[in-house]
Formats: sequence, C-alpha cells, structure tokens
Amino acid sequence: MANEKIEGVLKPVMKGHGGIHVSHNKNTSKCAIVRMPAPAKVVLPMQQHIGAPCTPTVAVGDEVKIGQVIGDTDAFVSTPVHATVSGKVTAVGPVKVANGSMVQAVTIESDGKMELSEDIKPPKIDTKDDFLKAVRASGLVGLGGAGFPTHVKLAFKEDSGVDTLIINAAECEPFITVDHRECIDNSWDVLSGVYTVKEILGFKNVYIAIEDNKSDAFTELMKVAADNADWDDSVKLVMLPSQYPQGAEKVLIQSVTGRQVPPGKLPSDVGVVVMNVQSISFLGRYLKTGKPLVSRSLTVDGSAIAEPKNIRVPIGTLISDIIEFCGGFKAEPYKVIGGGPMMGMALYDINVPLLKNNNAVLAFSADTIKVKPERACIRCGRCVQACPMSLMPTKIETRAHLKDVEGCQAAGAMTCMECGSCAFACPSGRPLVQYMRLAKAVIREGSAK
Amino acid sequence: MELNNKLTVSASPHVKSAETTTGIMLDVIIALLPAGVASVFVFGIRALLIIAVSVISCVLAEFLSRKAMKRDQTIGDLSAVVTGILLAYNLPSTIPIWQVVFGAIVAIVVVKQMFGGIGQNFVNPALLARIVLISAFPARMSAGAFVGTNVVGWDVDGVTGATPMGLISLADGIKDGAPSLMHLFIGTTAGCIGEVSALALLLGGIYLIIRKVISPIIPCVYIGTVALIMLIAFGDVNAMLYEVLGGGLMIGAIFMATDYTTSPITDKGKVIYALGCALITCLIRLFGSLPEGVSFSIIIMNILVPHIENWTKPTIFGTVKEKKEKKEAAAE
Ligand code: SF4
Ligand code: SF4
Repeated sequence: MANEKIEGVLKPVMKGHGGIHVSHNKNTSKCAIVRMPAPAKVVLPMQQHIGAPCTPTVAVGDEVKIGQVIGDTDAFVSTPVHATVSGKVTAVGPVKVANGSMVQAVTIESDGKMELSEDIKPPKIDTKDDFLKAVRASGLVGLGGAGFPTHVKLAFKEDSGVDTLIINAAECEPFITVDHRECIDNSWDVLSGVYTVKEILGFKNVYIAIEDNKSDAFTELMKVAADNADWDDSVKLVMLPSQYPQGAEKVLIQSVTGRQVPPGKLPSDVGVVVMNVQSISFLGRYLKTGKPLVSRSLTVDGSAIAEPKNIRVPIGTLISDIIEFCGGFKAEPYKVIGGGPMMGMALYDINVPLLKNNNAVLAFSADTIKVKPERACIRCGRCVQACPMSLMPTKIETRAHLKDVEGCQAAGAMTCMECGSCAFACPSGRPLVQYMRLAKAVIREGSAK
Repeated sequence: MELNNKLTVSASPHVKSAETTTGIMLDVIIALLPAGVASVFVFGIRALLIIAVSVISCVLAEFLSRKAMKRDQTIGDLSAVVTGILLAYNLPSTIPIWQVVFGAIVAIVVVKQMFGGIGQNFVNPALLARIVLISAFPARMSAGAFVGTNVVGWDVDGVTGATPMGLISLADGIKDGAPSLMHLFIGTTAGCIGEVSALALLLGGIYLIIRKVISPIIPCVYIGTVALIMLIAFGDVNAMLYEVLGGGLMIGAIFMATDYTTSPITDKGKVIYALGCALITCLIRLFGSLPEGVSFSIIIMNILVPHIENWTKPTIFGTVKEKKEKKEAAAE
C-alpha cells in the first residue's frame, strides 16, 4: 500500500523539480532471494569498479577457493577481485564484457564443491584505518549501480563536515526488487551494518530511505530494530514518494536532507555519504564473517523470462547461465538489459559475466517493448518538466548537434545524470540520453583541445 | 545460448511514456471540435466547407513540400491538420475558397516548411497566414466580410455586419447594436469561423488542460490580464466581459498562443509571454486603429520567444545556493 502512514517514519523534507511516473512492475517483490547453485564456470574481469584495474595474482592451472584474492593492485582507488567459486583457473586474458569492451579477466572452472578459503576470518578492527583497510580488502564497490569503491567513499576526513549517512533503498527503477527483498530477508544484516558503520565513522544522522510502495520493508525494519537495544534515535527511516528517479544520489540527498549537491561536486561536499542498502547489508555480514564480496543478489524479470526470480549468484556467472536458472526464455528476447529499464545497458550478447555492480537482468520480447518513432522535436517542454536536474534537454540536444562546446557547458550538460526521465517523457521519441552523452563528448573533446 | 546479433541494442531508457506527437495533435483536434460545431450552427454549412478546404490544402501543401524538399513525410503527426483547422477558424465564412488555399500555402510552405518543419517555425503559421490575407485582400477580411446572425438559428445568409470588436470603444463603451454578452458567450454573433463561441473554445481549453496537453499558464495569464486592464480602462464589468468574450481573445489565448513551437518552454517564460500578449492586445484594442489585436500581439510575442527563453532559463540543480551565497557575500 502506497502512502500508508507508519509511526516514526520521516517524510522527505523537500520535493525537487521534475521526475516522472513510470509503471513500477515490481512483479518479484514477493519473491524471497534464492541461491543459485554453483555455475560451471565464472569469468572475473579485473576491472569491475571505477578506478585502477587489478593485475591477476593467479595463473592458469592454479587451484583456488572461494574468497581467495585473484587480482589486486597497489592503487588506492581500486578494489581486489576474489575467486567466487572453488575450482581451477582455466584462462587469464582479455574477455568481452557487457559494455562491449575487452577487459583482462580470470576464468575459473568450478569443481562444484564451493569450498571457502581457509584465510577467511572476521577482520580485526580497532581503528578507523583498520576498518577502511578491511572494506578495501572485502572488494566492496557500490552495489547499486555505479561501482565506486566503497572504502574510497568512506575515507572522508574527520574535519570535512560529513555528518550524515543515507542508506539508499529507494529502488526507483521499475522491475527491480532486490533492495526491497534485502530489507526484508536480511533486515538484521542491514541494521547491524548501519550501526557498525555509524559507530566507527561517527555519523550524527543515519537515514534509511525507502519509497512508499514498499511498506512491508518499513514494518520489517522497524520490528527488527525494536527488538534490538542498539536502536537509537539517530537512525531514522524516511518514506519517499514513489517517483522516478527518487533513488538518484543527488535527488535522494535533496529529499532526505534538503541539501543540493552542486554540479561537479560530491555528496561529501554537502556532508553526506550515500550507500546502497545491499552494500551496507554486505558490510554487516562481512564484519562478522570476513567473507569478501563473492556473490550478490539481483532481480531477473521481464516478459521474456520464464520464471522471474530474485537470486543470489556468484559474481562472474554468465548472464546466459543466470537466465537458464530462471527457466530460460519463454519468448524470443528482443532486448536484454543489464540493470533497470531506465538506466540499464542493453546487452549485445548474453554470454558475458555478471559484474559486482549489476543489480538486475531483464529480458523483453519485441511485443512488450514500446518503440516510439523518432520524430522532430515539437518544443512541448515535457523533457524540461521531467528533468530532476532542471536542465533543458532539448536545448542541450541542439547545442550538441552544433558541436557548440560553450553552449553545451552553459546549458549544464555535465550535470546530466543520464536518468532518462527526459527521453521517457518525450512524445517525439527523441533519444535524449544519447544526445546528452553526445553533448558531454563534445565538451570533453573541446576541453581536450 | 547463442543470440548474438539478434538482440537490439539502444541507449537507455528502455521504456517510454505512452504519449506521442500524433496523440497530442489528436487531442488538439478534439479540443477544436466544439468550436467547429458551433461555427456550423452560426455560419451554416459554408463554415464546414472552409474548414475542409483549409485542412486538405494544408495537408497537401505539407505533403508536397516535404516531397519537393526530399525530406521524410510528416503528415502522419497531424500537425498540418491542426494548422488547417486553426487557419479556417481565423477566417470569415465569406472568404473565397481560393484565398483559403492561398492562406494554407503561406502557412505550411512559407512559415512552417521553409524553416525546417514542425518545431522550427518562429511564428504561428495560421496566424501569419491570416495576417498575410488581411494585408493582401483587405476587403475580404474587413468588417464587411463578417456574416453574423445575431440570433440563435440556422440563418445561413444572415446579416453582414461589423465584428463585435468594432462595436465597443473606450470613448463610447458598448455601442448600440452590439451583441449581448450571452450571444458572445454562446457564439451567435459575427466574427471569424472559429472565434465566435467562447463557450465552445473554453470547453476545448479545459479538455487540453485536463489532458495535460497545454499548461493553464498562458490562457489564464493572457485572459486574466486582458480582463484586468479592460476593467480598469472601462471601469465597467460589462465592458470588461464584452472584451474578454468577444473577438479573437479566447481562440488566441487558448489555441494560438499556446502553440508549443512558438511559445516559451519554461513556466516563467510562459508568464512573461502571456503578459506581453495581453498588454499588446489591450493597447491595440483600446488605442489602435484596428478593432482587433490578438493576432498581432501573438505574432509579436512569438518573435520575442527566443529572448524570453534566454531570460528565463531554469536554475540548474545545485547552483541556487551558490548564487545566494554570492549575494550574501556581496551584501556583507
Ligand atoms: S537524463 Fe539528464 S537531461 Fe535527461 S532528465 Fe535525466 S538528468 Fe535531465
Ligand atoms: S520532450 Fe521531446 S518534443 Fe518535447 S521539447 Fe523535449 S525533445 Fe522536444
């Protein structure tokens, strides 16, 4: 039930500009997360994060166990990669990944035993530094989509004025329900993660932000929190309106705190750190067990999927194996998307590995994906109304076609977060996100000169 | 599983709203229907003939000019149909057919297609075509050409008379022989085909606002401001209502000034634009030699739209604070 009032839950302090109403299609919200058995092989790219790629630390023929480091680097902005199944390394070399680029990767053939490495033990944490080191060692990146290394995000300076932690469980993308399920199925992991991180990093306020179409997530978290003595007033639940893109970092921060992150700045510049609910839940588990990031949960859904599910799979599992586990295709797939329908990436091939930051696989048959013919812009202004960043997408498009570097810059193209609201709203079917990317490329080229 | 090259790859988002350009134009056509029905009641079957000729000429002109310019066909978006109806609505029912065709060619070929087609023209095609017709054939478009009935009925021949806007002036107020407010509201009066019935136009406007095709800003600010100025100028509610209901204000404010292409995109811009339209309309009506000023004011404001849009750019997310801080810093 949307908009239900729950005692003790906060409302957003501010409503921003723009946003759109898109059908939620949360078909799998009642599907508890199930574990997928070990796949025959996993492919683990050495770069599944923003930052420096890792170098493989294993060679073909090596026997590996779950949780063993197989790739690392000395760079700070990077995270190690761990073996996600037990078995034998069968290849080390470039593979194609979802975005079409070639990346160095380690392929492990599973022995089916799923044996844990003996080295896994709970991290010993006395200081903040220990904690950040442990987070880096866990291989954690933002599990909500961007794939930014978490330890970098958390390594803010004491005097930087960061006082607020927001746990992002808005999950505004249609179809995806894993964050919702994480709140319900692993509510204690979420809360214990929140308490620990709050204590170690000294956040004054912690908000867990969830859209109002997930009322059972609120009640579950409240119940678990009430049973626990650690629950204190500084951890609050916030009920956001179900409006896309409520979960976009800048929009979320504005709704919860009223603060606006200026263009080109980071959340920490306004004193906020945002973590995806899956990331915090993982940390909750990791600090207890020491088991690094070797698997993740995702939603598999869409009109072409036979048995939509929420599943937990080893990272590096091929998307084709994941789809097979979900009953395969029940209709000929027209489009397969890694991620949500608003911001996810259309895959050209399903024989690519699942990466750390991939929260959904959706497959649609041709008759269920609306294709709007691309027509000329009629200047209706719907894209302007829809843009949560208060940009004028149609103006940016014009500037981009003219290769007008300054025009693109002045129009704020760099502030565009590619949320897709404008293109969703456009009655003329203009691929505005593509043009926003073009505008950014124009600016990049222009400033490179 | 081998699916290579079969999957469609395109930029996100992978879902789109159900709204289409054609759907929007269809809504505008639906909104224009009541005024069309009213016109047939007031002016007889000839009104229908003019509307049909105008629509067919506009669609044909669009089809042929796109063809001649070797561009893809756009008549499917129905915007030429809308232009055709609007042009007809802005003409007297006595106009010779060939002049309608001429107007349609001006609207579609000269104003719309020569500037690149839908979304590119800088003034409203139907309005500019009307103004060209007024200038080229003054006799056919002047007061004498307007047939009115002044009674509810089917009086096709009617009487030839001045439009209601010729029967009110600042000096004399509402003159003798002017239609009653009720006649103006229902539409049983002289005037252009589509402008006579305020009631029918309002119905269409409400439909467009409910369907979210247009924002209420332009019609409300435009009509509201005209009402306010007229109330002050005449000091008389009846005269104010006469000015609001009579002439081309309703059709102009609801259907012509709200044209997407030639009005500002931003809400602030819309307010400024509508205020401008209202001011110029009042100036012409009160002090000009023409009885009517709606078309000219909208055309003038059309031309200013790029500037208005430049002044009223929305503040990009996250930049408000900086400005405020700067102001505060400056104040210190
Ligand atoms: S994709 Fe960019 S321009 Fe379009 S609505 Fe989102 S932020 Fe605005
Ligand atoms: S929504 Fe599409 S048609 Fe409307 S102004 Fe934006 S780009 Fe143009």
